[in-house]
This record gives sequence, C-alpha cells and structure tokens, in this order.
Amino acid sequence: MIILPRLGGAGAPAETADTATGEAASPDVPWTTIVHNDPVNLMSYVSYVFRTYFGYTEAMAEKLMLDVHHKGRAVVSSGSREEMERDVHAMHGYGLWATLRQDR
Amino acid sequence: MEGFEPFPGGAAVRLGQAEASILRGLADQLLDLLATRGEPVEDPVAAIFAPGPTEPPADPVLARLLPDAYDDADDARERSAEFRRFTEDDLRARKRDDARALIADVDALGPGGGVLSLDAEDCRRWLGALNDLRLALAVRLEIATEEDADKLYDLPPDDERVPTVIVYSWLNMLQDSLVAAVMPPGPGDGS
Repeated sequence: MIILPRLGGAGAPAETADTATGEAASPDVPWTTIVHNDPVNLMSYVSYVFRTYFGYTEAMAEKLMLDVHHKGRAVVSSGSREEMERDVHAMHGYGLWATLRQDR
Repeated sequence: MEGFEPFPGGAAVRLGQAEASILRGLADQLLDLLATRGEPVEDPVAAIFAPGPTEPPADPVLARLLPDAYDDADDARERSAEFRRFTEDDLRARKRDDARALIADVDALGPGGGVLSLDAEDCRRWLGALNDLRLALAVRLEIATEEDADKLYDLPPDDERVPTVIVYSWLNMLQDSLVAAVMPPGPGDGS
C-alpha cells in the first residue's frame, strides 16, 4: 500500500510521488483516506478533485486517479483520525466514494 | 448540445430552452430529496433541533450521495453512525447549496435559454451539482459496474430507460467539458 504525505491546500511540492513509498506508517499517523472506484465519476473530475482539494500536482493527481480506476481504490491522504475524517467528509462533498481506515 | 468553453475567470455554455428545463427539473428533484432525506417530516420544528441521523438513508440515491465513512473496522457501523450524526446535515446542506446555485443560474437565463457565464465559484458549485445529478441518475439506471454503464448504450430504441440514458450522457459531457474549462494548468505546460 502506498502511503502519501498529507498535503493540504494549494502549492504542494511536485515530488510527492517519490516520497510515496514504504509500508509502515509511523505510529502517530495511523489513519488513511481511501477513494474507491465507481463506474460513475469521470476520470477528469476525480483528478480535478485531487488537484483542487489536496493541492496535488497534475502528475500526482493523475497517478492516484489511475490507481483508483485500475486497482479499485487508492490511498489519497494519511494523518490523524480527525484529519482523515475531514478529508473523507470533503470527498463526499465532491461526490467521491471515500472511507477512512486505520493503517495496520 | 454544446459543452462548456473556458471563459476568462470561469466557463460559459449555451443552453437551449429544453436543456435548461431538464437541468432545473433534475436539480429540483434532488433538492426535495436532500431536504427531507426521503423521509416523512412529522414535526418540522422538532426536526430542526433533532440530532443528526445515524443510519444511512433508505433511499438508494441518498445512500450513494451520503455514504458511510468507515467500512473495514469491526466497529465500522458504530463509527459510521457517530460520524454521520455530526456531519450528514452539513453534507446535505452543501449539496443543497450546489443544487440551488445551479437552479438560480439556470433561472437567470430566462425562459428561452441562452449563454450562461459562470465565475470560478459558480463553476465549483456546478461541478458539485452536476456530479450529484449524475450519481442520482446512475443509481436510478442501476449502474453498479463499468459493464452496466456500457450496456446502457446498446439498449433497444424503445427501452424506457433510453431518455434517461441520453440525459445521463449529456450530463457526462457537460461535466467533462466544465472540468476541462476550469482545471488549472499543470506545471510546465506554459499556459
């Protein structure tokens, strides 16, 4: 599973993909936001949401969108439970199917 | 049928009378559904002060628009219920605001339709509203998999779902063109 650094707001660094490796989340960031594939949401829109809400670069948003599309889901952010609840709530606002999970 | 075009600071689209009327009708239905949660309101005053709901909506459209937040823990049901109690009213309010914004913009066109110009904030609300309308139609069309969606394009012409499929495809085109019009240019593409 890919663990991504949490990037709130615009202006995220371009190299997020390179840091997105490794299995273990540190004990203080045990929660993740997962976006699930559905046959309705447009690929362009999912990518737009990732860029607009998380501030991911076009390349990063595209990669996550393709992961959602091909693998059925993708981890789009990680952090505290409270932060992930905020992200899931926001994803639901955009109409994406998202859940939060404790990373184990 | 035309899609959105980029416009300085936003996007614009030409909507005919029938198109405007379809959008308005769908958004109206969604507003009603979101307002009552598809449930009878027994005491409107008490409802204002009641705590938020804890169970997913019974209506399948609302269940898709207002999904559970937890899905894999042993206590996912309890956690989803608690999350819903504190957040669902806010989520429904956002979706109603988006639908209302769409209705107000369509109404401002007047009875004959015309060119709709949206600023950046309007575009954000339209993207939310169009997506909710697409999700709602997809639930009614029982689109659960990519194959379900593909099959809808091979329906016989007299199938009762055909008009809905046409509207659904049109909303796809509208939303896709609106995303293309507002997507901020990526780094290095020079624009």
